[in-house]
Amino acid sequence: MGLVDAQPAAGRPLMQVSDLGVTFQTSRGSVRAVSGVSFEVRESEVFALVGESGCGKSTTALAVMRLVPPPGRIDSGQVVFDGVPLLDLDEDAMARVRGKQISMIFQNPLVALNPVYRSAAQIEEALLLDQIPRDRAWKLAVGVMGDVKIPDAPERALSYPHELSGGMRQRVMTGMMISRSPRLLIADEPTTALDVTIQAQVLELLMDIRRRTKMSIMIITHDFGIVAETADRIAVMYAGGIVEQGGVLEVFEQSGHPYTRLLMRALPRLTKEEGRLETIAGHVPNLVELPSGCTFHPRCPLKRDACLIERPTVREVSPGHFVTCHYPEV
Amino acid sequence: MQSRDASDLVVLDRAQKHFVITKGLIRRSHRAIRAVDDVSLSIHRGETFGLVGESGSGKTTLARLIPRLTRLTGGRVSFDGRDIDTVGGSELTRIRRRMGIVFQDPASSLSPRATVRGSVIRPLQLQGAGAREAAGRLLETVELVNLGPELLERYPHQLSGGQQQRASIARAIILRPELLILDEPTSALDVSVQAQILNLLLELQREFGLTYLFITHNLSVVRYMSDRIGVMYLGKLVEVGPAAELYARPLHPYTAALLSASPPQTPRLRQRRKFALAGDPPSLIDPPAGCHLHPRCAFTRDICRQERPALRAIGLARFVACHFAEQLALQVGD
Amino acid sequence: MKLPAQLRPVLRNPQFVAGVILLLVVLFSALGADMIAPKSFEEMDIPSSLAPPSRQYPLGTDHYGRCIFSRVVYGSRIALRVGLIVVTIETVIGVSLGLLAGYYGGRVDRVISFVTDLTWALPPIVLALAIVTALGPSLNNVVIAIALVSWAGYSRLIRSKAQSLKNMPYVEAARALGESDFSIMFRYILPNTYGLIIVLATLSVPAAILSTTALSFLGLGSQPPAPDWGVILNEGIAYMHSAPWISIFPGLALVCTALGFNLLGEGLRDLLDPRMKV
Repeated sequence: MGLVDAQPAAGRPLMQVSDLGVTFQTSRGSVRAVSGVSFEVRESEVFALVGESGCGKSTTALAVMRLVPPPGRIDSGQVVFDGVPLLDLDEDAMARVRGKQISMIFQNPLVALNPVYRSAAQIEEALLLDQIPRDRAWKLAVGVMGDVKIPDAPERALSYPHELSGGMRQRVMTGMMISRSPRLLIADEPTTALDVTIQAQVLELLMDIRRRTKMSIMIITHDFGIVAETADRIAVMYAGGIVEQGGVLEVFEQSGHPYTRLLMRALPRLTKEEGRLETIAGHVPNLVELPSGCTFHPRCPLKRDACLIERPTVREVSPGHFVTCHYPEV
Repeated sequence: MQSRDASDLVVLDRAQKHFVITKGLIRRSHRAIRAVDDVSLSIHRGETFGLVGESGSGKTTLARLIPRLTRLTGGRVSFDGRDIDTVGGSELTRIRRRMGIVFQDPASSLSPRATVRGSVIRPLQLQGAGAREAAGRLLETVELVNLGPELLERYPHQLSGGQQQRASIARAIILRPELLILDEPTSALDVSVQAQILNLLLELQREFGLTYLFITHNLSVVRYMSDRIGVMYLGKLVEVGPAAELYARPLHPYTAALLSASPPQTPRLRQRRKFALAGDPPSLIDPPAGCHLHPRCAFTRDICRQERPALRAIGLARFVACHFAEQLALQVGD
Repeated sequence: MKLPAQLRPVLRNPQFVAGVILLLVVLFSALGADMIAPKSFEEMDIPSSLAPPSRQYPLGTDHYGRCIFSRVVYGSRIALRVGLIVVTIETVIGVSLGLLAGYYGGRVDRVISFVTDLTWALPPIVLALAIVTALGPSLNNVVIAIALVSWAGYSRLIRSKAQSLKNMPYVEAARALGESDFSIMFRYILPNTYGLIIVLATLSVPAAILSTTALSFLGLGSQPPAPDWGVILNEGIAYMHSAPWISIFPGLALVCTALGFNLLGEGLRDLLDPRMKV
């Protein structure tokens, strides 16, 4: 074992996303929220999609589930899940994929849970979709609550969401989402609303689920710490596109894209005596009018003429490590 | 630390804030939420004192006691030797002008109906400064926080989060206070913007010799910023010490748990020693007897269930409220 | 201000546009009554009494041969003025009390809330009837009576809004800067309730007009020969079968005015709703 429980890099691909694009038609023009995004999630790996607010990471996750809210529209690309092109399925077939093959947990479990159902009933509801008889479903639901490490599960099964702590709610939602044994769990900022010690418990739970069930997990986050703690491979997003992806160690230690490198140095590491934090000049660009050439060029300290004109292509700087930059540092 | 020292700007002496809640219509019962319970600490002039803790630990209530935004229910808080809770109205206003506050959510820290100029210049107007003098000080201050003067006529919703936070900082420092209370000033910001704000705060501190009370739940940010750090749990201060020492060798199991729970900075630290806490934090209304941490602590023994550990000195600069601080070896490894 | 961009969605809302058009018609007739009305509102033409609509009398005449069209047009002045005054008084009372109750809380809140709930619980028309009976019948007394019994809604809404706003960080910051309570209420809290007040005021105009018209109809408000719609309606009752136009047209004017304000209010709510904006 290399890095803790990192999976061998050669896991079989479970989901391949290629050239995905999502556009929102608004009164101020069309907003290109996601453009040309390609990545794959392999079997039983933890894949992290990381970026600052507005970079398109959550929209990408919703697009994979085909849940982009209007006026958003998927206007290019394909998502192939276990050989099935999801974007070509009819709505009924897609509904069968959601929850059964791919499911998703959200940042705020309180709004994602139904306030008038007891916690086990929420999980039971998911199980009933699989034609499990009601008398068995309740028992199974209580069992799932045990699986997500809810103490005194039979007792807590009767609690309503508002009676549970934030960490417990996130466990109930996780239980609901894994109860039908999906092959991919998408976790969108799953711990952002939680305290540090509770966040550690929930991340530990996700890692435990992966170990036990071999489920693949795709984590959407803005927090590089969470990536460092959990991910096998990561993709860094900026202004709707992926700028770098690869194994977590390569991206952290041999970042090829200037944006990734600057972000890493913007994180406070030691003490103020060790010097100033790196900052990134300028602002995140307006998605209505993306800069020409490389979207990062107005803020890039290393830009050259080509960056202003030409869109950089994806380069493989080392096996499995991709950088979208004209002049990647290797 | 209870010693009165000329170098102390803020001193809390067994400060206490209990909120009384009344339940029931007929059989009324009054119970106290002990938001801040018997906290003693001092903040030295020119230092950054970091205060960390999870939600419900009382860190924000503690910060609100210093400018008397909320009244004490016991103990004392003093600023530059003056007792905050007993000073009269005009004296309180004078003291408050020597402090600035920056809040977590930059979007709601500025009045939505006022322009940046209106919000930032207001403290000067309240102080009775002349229009010309105020305008000069305003320009000087927005330049200090790197806020373009062209943004002065904008409304908060027309600014980015980072710009809003710069405007809040400008308002907090326009009277050139001695103390800045920073309540999670970067928690709502992106990493790259957070870096800009932290750099700015360090520059301002260097330039004006400011004293900071820096409240956060982010352990890498607090280590980067602070000279000394206090850790709060359920209204109590459980450990205080110089930042570097506290990180290298935490004395309280809760500090160790916080440090090991906070996500690592590189994937290579995944296998660090972890001190997990069991379960959720208990309610502030009925905190556990003895040491508040005992139901979640891995090192609990009988005494922890019965006797509340007092905050005691260990060595020269460190304080801890744990019965077994000397016996536990809690390095998280870094 | 970039109003045009914000207005666009509302201008696409047909109900809002309909409301604006209706109110423009009412406003136009109130302001231009002297030019629009063919006759004065009290000029009698006994030989033509109870005449149906004709070229000379577009909406017919009443039992004194007065031109209904002219009376309805002049009546719009009374209706708008009454609506405006009642709403202004109730806004001032309700907003001030709501602000005080919400900001100070505690005993102040308990006293104000008790009075508010009391006012709220009594049927407004009955309460107004009592007040007018005590003060004597006149339009001014009706206006005062209606305003005194209908501010409770404002007080409640502003109170709850002030309660949430007073905990906003910018209000905390203002307190820490040494702003006075008065200044915090009027500089920091009140301006952030403007949207709410505008919507509420617009939506309360119809109620104010309808209540005063009702009292005038009962003979407690405007006295004949004033062209108050309530008075005209009252006079028309006796001729409901022989000359229905006397009652129908002022009634229609009343409905259109009320509807106009309601539609405008709904549109403004979409535009200004604090829940959507803040």
